[in-house]
Amino acid sequence: MINYIIRRLFLTIPTIIGIITITFLLMYVVPGDPVRILMGQRGDPATIAMIRKEMGLDDPIMTQYFRFLWNILRGNFGRSYATNRLVLPEILSRFPATLKLALASMVIATTIGIGAGIVSATKQYSFFDYSSMVIALMGVSAPVFWVGLLLMWIFGYSLGWLPISGYGGITYLILPAITLGVRPAAYIARMTRSSFLEILRQDYIRTARAKGLSERRVIYVHTLRNTLITVVTILGMEFAGLLSGAVLTETIFAWPGIGRLSVDAIMKRDHPMVQGTVLFTAIIFIFANLIVDISYAFLDPRIRYE
Amino acid sequence: MNDIEKREISTSYWKDAFRRLKRNRLAMVGLYIILALILMAIFAPWIAPYNPYEVNYDEYLKPPSSRHPLGTDEFGRDILSRIIFGSRVSLYVGLVAEGITVVIGVILGSISGYYGGWVDHLIIELTNIVFSFPFLLFVIAIVVSLGPSLTNVFIAVGITNWAGTARLIRGQVLSLKESEYVEAARALGASNTRVLFKHILPNCIAPIIVSATLGMGDAIMIEASLSFLGLGAQPPTPSWGAMIDYARDFLRTNLWYSLFPGIAIMLTVFGFNLLGDGLRDALDPRLKI
Repeated sequence: MINYIIRRLFLTIPTIIGIITITFLLMYVVPGDPVRILMGQRGDPATIAMIRKEMGLDDPIMTQYFRFLWNILRGNFGRSYATNRLVLPEILSRFPATLKLALASMVIATTIGIGAGIVSATKQYSFFDYSSMVIALMGVSAPVFWVGLLLMWIFGYSLGWLPISGYGGITYLILPAITLGVRPAAYIARMTRSSFLEILRQDYIRTARAKGLSERRVIYVHTLRNTLITVVTILGMEFAGLLSGAVLTETIFAWPGIGRLSVDAIMKRDHPMVQGTVLFTAIIFIFANLIVDISYAFLDPRIRYE
Repeated sequence: MNDIEKREISTSYWKDAFRRLKRNRLAMVGLYIILALILMAIFAPWIAPYNPYEVNYDEYLKPPSSRHPLGTDEFGRDILSRIIFGSRVSLYVGLVAEGITVVIGVILGSISGYYGGWVDHLIIELTNIVFSFPFLLFVIAIVVSLGPSLTNVFIAVGITNWAGTARLIRGQVLSLKESEYVEAARALGASNTRVLFKHILPNCIAPIIVSATLGMGDAIMIEASLSFLGLGAQPPTPSWGAMIDYARDFLRTNLWYSLFPGIAIMLTVFGFNLLGDGLRDALDPRLKI
């Protein structure tokens, strides 16, 4: 097990270096002089040239690249052009909001998704099965921002039960969490159903039935436990995706998380902040997936020996 | 195998698949939604009751009525007509963006699977990197760098979206490479390119069709999201995502304005998802147990 973890950790190194490289290139090819963005209309050519030199923007691309790489490895993501604050602490200060939203929507998605998936699978081809699978597919097809606006209208404007946007107590969390939870809930329901059906066809389930176990025991002990292995993986992957920031949901609900921070930075052409958020979320995503893989290997010993 | 025999076998495979597809009611619903959408896009000027660009301040933000079945927007433009014309943007993006994705994905995936070795490692590593980027953020960053426009949406989607197709094709090519008929073709002296393009890729068509159908829905959703953020189709082009973006400001009092373009997006993506699921079941008999 330890060997497996160490091997997987080593395998992330080239991916992370690749991500750093692409992030660097992305901002390098962007049209527009960062110094001009920094100074606005005010700067005279002499000052701009001086600042360019100070920032090392006139150095050869490889020099700039290795400086960037070295800085990132030391945890120095630079300073924001917009606020002149250090990028990494700014991102870290937004992370709890994103984490809170991701956890809340994951709880909603898991409860609804696994519940609907199991009922659908045990009552295959029933009215409930058809309707919940159609609803699930609609949930996957509905634009997140539109679902958010509808919820805002129903529970905020019409009923007046919940605040329409902002950050504060639990009431502020409910609408964005449901909005963000719709797609994963639908996805989890579909995957739970199909993996449940697949396991119901296995020989050991027939054995369990043949030896006279009650249907309830067959479903809730023998089938469910084996379904969970697959479902846990999907949960982990979905969660990893949510952690990297819900760009659209955070934008419409004015939620101060990483998704909104990054969109703001992109719109303001705040290059260091864009690089920082893209890198940070990509690395979070890689490690969250790594943890999922490791826990999967822990649950299913066959994985380790491939 | 002579030509006549070959044709019979191949038509019966597609015939069987089509028969299976026709039996799948949900898939047919998806097919009808997409056909309706295509007809709507082609005949938009004849179907739409009004000119989608025509500004009329007397009709400022009117709720649905017999004159304007889906109401009007803040410029007095007919929302139904704008939604009908918006189908052109969505289909166009779906086709072109997914087309780019499929071309890049198939080329890289088949090279990776067929040749193996360091090329394979390199391409796998590249797909891993693309997969670990926060997808929407990456697309937004590319579009902002290149400048907001539909063409740049295509490029951004193409750059970011190919990895899934490449992975799928690589897997197919890897398994087909070892099959006996490929060995036979090689024994007859067929070159690598011939084996890959004449013998292996034609057998990958089924998964390509499935992933392209599902991918069109994804591409339409990405365009809608980017247009919602003001980065896709630029005004006054009627794009469903952009319509919802403008409608946001009037949400409190004018729900219908946000509601209808969203329904259009949802139905369209729903159609592609239903058809894609149905095609997967129909084209891959092995999945049917």
